[in-house]
Amino acid sequence: MTNAISEVEGNEVLFIIGSNATEAHPIIGNKMKRAARNGSKLIVIDPRRTELAEYATLWLPLNSGTDVALINGLMHIIVKEGWHDKEFIETRCEGFDELLKAIEKYTPEYVSKITGISEELLYETAKLYTSTKKAGIFYTLGITEHITGTDNVMSLANLAMLVGHLGIENAGINPIRGQNNVQGACDMGALPNVFSGYQSVTDEKAIQFFEDFWKFKLNRNTGLKIPEMFDGSHEGKVKAMYIMGEDPVLTDPDANHVRKALEKLDFLVVQDIFLSETAKLADIVLPAACYAEKEGTFTNTERRVQLVRKAVEAPGEARPDWEIICDVAKGLGAGGFDYKDAEEIFKEIAATTPSYRGMTFARLDKNGLQWPCPTEDHPGTQYLHKGTFPKGKALMKAIEYKVPAEAVDEEYPILLSTGRMLYHYNITSRFSEKLDAIKPYELAEINPADAEKLGLKEEDFVRVTSRRGSIVTRVTITNKVKPGMMSMTFHYRESPANELTNSAFDPVTKTGEYKVSAVKVEKVKDMQGTAV
Amino acid sequence: MVTFTLNGKVVTAKEGTTILDAAKENGVDIPHLCYDKNLSAFGGCRLCVVEVQGAKALVASCTNTVSEGMVIQTESETVVNVRKDLLDLLLASHPEDCLTCEQAGNCKLQDYAYRYGIKRSSYKGAKKSYDIESLNPVMERDQSKCILCGKCVRVCREVQVTGTIDFINRGFETKIATAYDVPISTENCRLCGQCISVCPTGAIINKQLKGTRPWEVSKVRTTCPFCGVGCNFDLNIKDGKVVGVTPNPDSPVNGTSICVKGRYHIDMINSPERLTKPLAKKNGEFVEISWDEALHTVTEKLKETKEKYGPDAIAGLSSARCTNEENFLFQKMMRVAVGTNSVDHCART
Repeated sequence: MTNAISEVEGNEVLFIIGSNATEAHPIIGNKMKRAARNGSKLIVIDPRRTELAEYATLWLPLNSGTDVALINGLMHIIVKEGWHDKEFIETRCEGFDELLKAIEKYTPEYVSKITGISEELLYETAKLYTSTKKAGIFYTLGITEHITGTDNVMSLANLAMLVGHLGIENAGINPIRGQNNVQGACDMGALPNVFSGYQSVTDEKAIQFFEDFWKFKLNRNTGLKIPEMFDGSHEGKVKAMYIMGEDPVLTDPDANHVRKALEKLDFLVVQDIFLSETAKLADIVLPAACYAEKEGTFTNTERRVQLVRKAVEAPGEARPDWEIICDVAKGLGAGGFDYKDAEEIFKEIAATTPSYRGMTFARLDKNGLQWPCPTEDHPGTQYLHKGTFPKGKALMKAIEYKVPAEAVDEEYPILLSTGRMLYHYNITSRFSEKLDAIKPYELAEINPADAEKLGLKEEDFVRVTSRRGSIVTRVTITNKVKPGMMSMTFHYRESPANELTNSAFDPVTKTGEYKVSAVKVEKVKDMQGTAV
Repeated sequence: MVTFTLNGKVVTAKEGTTILDAAKENGVDIPHLCYDKNLSAFGGCRLCVVEVQGAKALVASCTNTVSEGMVIQTESETVVNVRKDLLDLLLASHPEDCLTCEQAGNCKLQDYAYRYGIKRSSYKGAKKSYDIESLNPVMERDQSKCILCGKCVRVCREVQVTGTIDFINRGFETKIATAYDVPISTENCRLCGQCISVCPTGAIINKQLKGTRPWEVSKVRTTCPFCGVGCNFDLNIKDGKVVGVTPNPDSPVNGTSICVKGRYHIDMINSPERLTKPLAKKNGEFVEISWDEALHTVTEKLKETKEKYGPDAIAGLSSARCTNEENFLFQKMMRVAVGTNSVDHCART
């Protein structure tokens, strides 16, 4: 997030697109609802009628995957009406002329046809978003989990730059990150193209720095991204994998493709706290300590680095991940893996990561610190891009709308979207008896019109089939989804939604199109022998 | 700033501060049951009344602000007598079961009865009688212990913004209920349990903390392991085991708010399904092995693969659920010990 969570309630307008915050980020969702209650206006853009849609001044149930067209359309209106921030564009941006050319054809009429949103509603949205500077954009995976995920994000950046809603309090572009430490895992360089602090693995200066620091000659090849690893296994290029704390068999798109890739490896080691679906395929499984059993830090979505404190001992012979990693690294003959505790590792992080350089465990103790925090007397950074961008002028990029990879047809007439729900978190929360008792099974959402056509009652069983797989689930009949649409979570191994999802990827990020898969739905009568 | 006299001492506070908050800032604790600084003022319990010179009656310190020259007595004889009467009345319809009450030691009604020496109520008459309700897998309610302070109603409406519950009925029949008095479930409630956090008595409790006395637990503040919001809370530990979660008001992001997952996930930590020994697959079945054997196998297999096919034949997935330190070391291990940049994690999937 460019801005802080504490600023959410200060936004006069919240432009919430592809984010089901009250389910996926409940405490931020509450702040958004409080903002609405206190007079802020919510623009909620989501094909589903989410809880936030109920609080919205404007709800835009766009056709799935038409975000770029929608945003280009809003920018078209803003420019035509002269609502853009000419000074901000002039002094802080480049590429405006190309952008202007690109959005010219995105007239309200054209965009309305693509998105299914009326011209009036498009106009009202553009007007409301530009009615105040204190108008932030909030998005999550509804934006990124498309083959056009990168285009969607850059389009939102265009929109915010066009009106100068950046570099100030209570505004900005705010991706609400998924997992507890997905921000930190990225910051730490657990990515194939960058070291910690987003220092490129192809930048000679960065390579030189880390080679000097680690006293080791580094590989110059950019690494493989997750889907490329699985494809690499299918192609026989990747022979061994080490998986720590992830369950791609349940969480990655097109599960069957992933499962086969892992089965094909010569060697798979999985390090986890439970015997996950992925761990079941491993040659060796290493038992790890969970968050309550170790020290360390997590970085949240607003870039706040906070302490994780040990409360209890790990069960049996389970050990903290960092200790296991050190032993494996030393076993492989590497030097530089002798740490006495998490704090000593953090010192190396600070020394090698410019945005974390001013942080110490002592400074993080009370409230944590938001990066960038370059020096030990720096207070951290509440919001980014004040006065200037890291690269000087920010680039407005002309982007064309592209259709999703898969469309519904006669054989697969229902559009499936996937997401999280409040009571579970990905896979592991099912191991909590209490949380599992609250929501013990999948309830796929289906519109009453479709339910009637299929002769379905509440909690009936259906078989859902896509071009990639077929699963059985119960349904709930609700107007939250439009006719012709189905929505599922991916929390249940008994109804693994990712056997259905499309592994068509965004070309840049290699993120799968979890939000758009074509499926067919059939009523299942005899449910004997299933554990759904 | 305004200057006023508090129990004979001249003190100051910011204009607009309630008498209750101003007293607290100046080291004077005024008893209260329905007041919470995160919620709108209710002024219902009247326990926070104080004597203000010149005022016709006692004033509720939670709803009245300090003003210049005000002379306030927080524990005068009149005030103390009123508080004793109020506690006497509250206890008149309260079960006298402190010995076995789950909330003993963490109950404000008990604290104030102790502070003002009310052993039991002097009134005899009908008592509220409700069955203990097991609302759902995580919450239990005993409305006979409810003192109708309304904090649960306000926190649900104002902080959680769900509005599941409200007062229903009148007089002696007044109670807290959902619309149409149906059970609390995921249909009408988010199960965040913030009503539990604010309840001053044992009227609504967290089932996971049953059987735990507050003086038996130690608390460790940490960061939630689920979503990216980064809430902090206290893990409650008894006999080396995490037994529950309670909010920590010093949490920078969430204050005292916690969601259903943060509050109740802890049986995951203690799950019998946790992995406790390294495993190796032999003839298609997992068997327990020693750490030495496990580490030896892993390093030998990785070395073998590297020698045969080069370092780029090995790929690693780090984890968005693990700490920064572990992610940093994982990528360092892949880059330095294995020698490849093929390290990634689920940010993209």
